Amino acid sequence: MNAIQIRTMARDFILNEFLPGERPENLTDSTELITDGILDSLATLKLVAYLEKSCGIEIAPDELVPENLNSIAQIANFVQSKQAST
Amino acid sequence: MTVAALHEYLEQSARRYPQTCAAVEASSGRQITYGELDALSDQVRDHLRRIGVRPADRVGICLPKSIASLAVLFGILKVGAAYVPVDSLAPPARNAFIFNDCGVRAIFVEASRAEALRCELARLAAEPSLLPLDWSDGPSPLAAYLAGVEAGGLAVEDESARPGPDNLAYVLYTSGSTGQPKGVMLTHRNGSSYVDWCSEVLAPDENDRFSSHAPFHFDLSILDIFVPLKHGATVFLIGEELGKNPARMASIIAERRLTVWYSTPSVLTLLVEHGSLDARDDHALRFILFAGEVFPVKHLRRLKAVVPRARYLNLYGPTETNVCTYYEIPQTIAEDRSAPFPIGRACSHVEARVIDANGRNVPRGQEGELAISGAPVMLGYWNMPERTSAAFHVDSSGRWYRTGDVVIEGDGGVYTFRGRRDRMVKRRGYRIELGEIETALYRHPAISEVAAIARSEESGVSIKVFYASRDGHALSLIELKRFCAHNLPAYMAPDWFSHQQLLPKTSTDKIDYQHLMRME
Repeated sequence: MNAIQIRTMARDFILNEFLPGERPENLTDSTELITDGILDSLATLKLVAYLEKSCGIEIAPDELVPENLNSIAQIANFVQSKQAST
Repeated sequence: MTVAALHEYLEQSARRYPQTCAAVEASSGRQITYGELDALSDQVRDHLRRIGVRPADRVGICLPKSIASLAVLFGILKVGAAYVPVDSLAPPARNAFIFNDCGVRAIFVEASRAEALRCELARLAAEPSLLPLDWSDGPSPLAAYLAGVEAGGLAVEDESARPGPDNLAYVLYTSGSTGQPKGVMLTHRNGSSYVDWCSEVLAPDENDRFSSHAPFHFDLSILDIFVPLKHGATVFLIGEELGKNPARMASIIAERRLTVWYSTPSVLTLLVEHGSLDARDDHALRFILFAGEVFPVKHLRRLKAVVPRARYLNLYGPTETNVCTYYEIPQTIAEDRSAPFPIGRACSHVEARVIDANGRNVPRGQEGELAISGAPVMLGYWNMPERTSAAFHVDSSGRWYRTGDVVIEGDGGVYTFRGRRDRMVKRRGYRIELGEIETALYRHPAISEVAAIARSEESGVSIKVFYASRDGHALSLIELKRFCAHNLPAYMAPDWFSHQQLLPKTSTDKIDYQHLMRME
C-alpha cells in the first residue's frame, strides 16, 4: 500500500466513523486528530483496530502514542514503517 | 489506627517499612521506597517553607502522575498546607482560574506547561511562585529541581507540621453549573475517616499492590494514595497515557500481580473489551472497586467471568463526601438481570437519610434526595458561602449534605440510584455540569444559542449539544471539536453536535430542554 492509499483509507474511516456530515475538505493531512479532540481514546482504539485489520499490521500497545497517530500524514508514515518492518 | 493528619500515614509506614517499595511508576517501572519517599517529601516541605509557604496556605499541583507528584503532594501536607491538584492537560486558562480562585501561594508545574500557565495567571493578575519540574532532563525531575534550589537556602524547622484534623488538606475542583469550576474543601479528618473505613473493608496489608488509575484531581485518588501507604503496601501509579491503553494496563495487572484495582466502570469495560484481559488467568486481584457512574450489567458480567475470584464493590459518593455508600456485587449475577446494581448501604463512618425538598424524611420505598452527615463531609465550597449553605440541610439531627442524587431506600437500608435533581451528569466517572459546556460554547464567536443535554444509553451516558449560529449555517464539526478541546477539559467534550436554525423555546421564552430531549 502506498502513502496515498493509506491516507485515503484513514481519511474515509475517520470521516465516516467520527465526523458524520463533515465536509471532506475540512479534514486535511495535517489536521490534529488527538490534540484537537477529533479522536478521543476510544475512537483511537477503533482506528487502530481498523488499521491493523485493513493494512495487515500489528500495532503494539507501546506504539499507541500521539506521535504516531495525531494526523493523517503521521498515520500514513507510521503504517508504512510498520509494513516495511514486517 | 486513626491519625490527625494524612501525612502521618506515610511517616508511620516509613518508620515500620523503610526499605519496602512504596510506589512504582507503572509505565517506566521506576520505584521508590517508603524511606526515600518520606525523605523526598521532607525536602519538598523544607523548600516550600524557604519560599514562604505557611500552614493553611494552598499549593497547586499541575504535574503528570508520577513519583514526583506523589512526593510533592506529601511535601505540601507536611507544611500544613492544602494541595490543589489539577489536570495538567486541561486548558491553561481553566487551571489558572482554579489556582487564582483559591489563592495558591505556589504551583508545582511541568516545565513544558509553565509558560502558558504563567501567561494565563498574569491575565488574572495572579503571581504565585511557579516551581517547574522538567522531565526532559531525566526521570527524576523533582530531585533535580531540589538540587538546583538547595544552595544558599535559609535554615528552616525540620519537623513536619501537625495540623489539626479539621484543617484543610486538599481542595478538589469539580464542574460548576455557572460555567466555572468550584472548589470542594476537604480536611484531614474528611480524608482519614474514609481511609480508615477502607482499611476496615479491604483489610489490606504490606503485601498488597494497589492500582492508582484515577488522576489526583479526581476523588477516587484518595483511596489510591493513602490506603496503600497507610498499610505499607505498594501503589502502582498509572499515568494519563497508560491509563488509556487497555492492553498495557491488562499486562501490568497480571505481571505486577495487582491485588486491588479501583477505577471507573468505563475503564474496566475498556479492559474487558480491548485489553485481552481474558487471555490471562494469572490475576492476583482480591478486590475490584468501581465508582463514579453506573456499571452496565452486561459489561460487569463479562468482567466477573474473566476475573471470577475477586470481590466486587460498587462504591458511591460525590466529591463532597467521597464514598458514603457501598454494595458488594453477589457471586453470581442472574442471567436475566439488566437493571444496574444498587449503590448499597451507608458506610460505617457516615449517616444517611432520604429527604424531601423541605428536609423531611421520606417514607421507605419512595423517591427522595440522599443526604449524608458525618466525618467525611466537606467543609464547604471555596469562597462560596451561599453555595455552601444551599448544599446543606441543617436541623436538630445535624448538618446534612444534600447529594442531589434521587434514591429509593429498600430492604436492609440498601439505596438504589434513580437520577439527579439538577443538570449534573456523570460520564465515564467524571461529573459534568451541562451548564459549563454551554458557557464554554457561548464563547465561540459564531454561536448564538447552545443547549446541552445528556442521554442514558446502554453503553453509558452521552452528551448532545444543540446550537444555532449567527449566520444560520452549520459549523464544521472539526472546528467545534477543536474549540472544545481548547476550551474544556477533555472529559467534558460533547459526543454529538446538532445544528438548528433556532432552539425550541418554552412559553416563557426559555430553552425548552424537554423538547430537546425528545428530538433525535
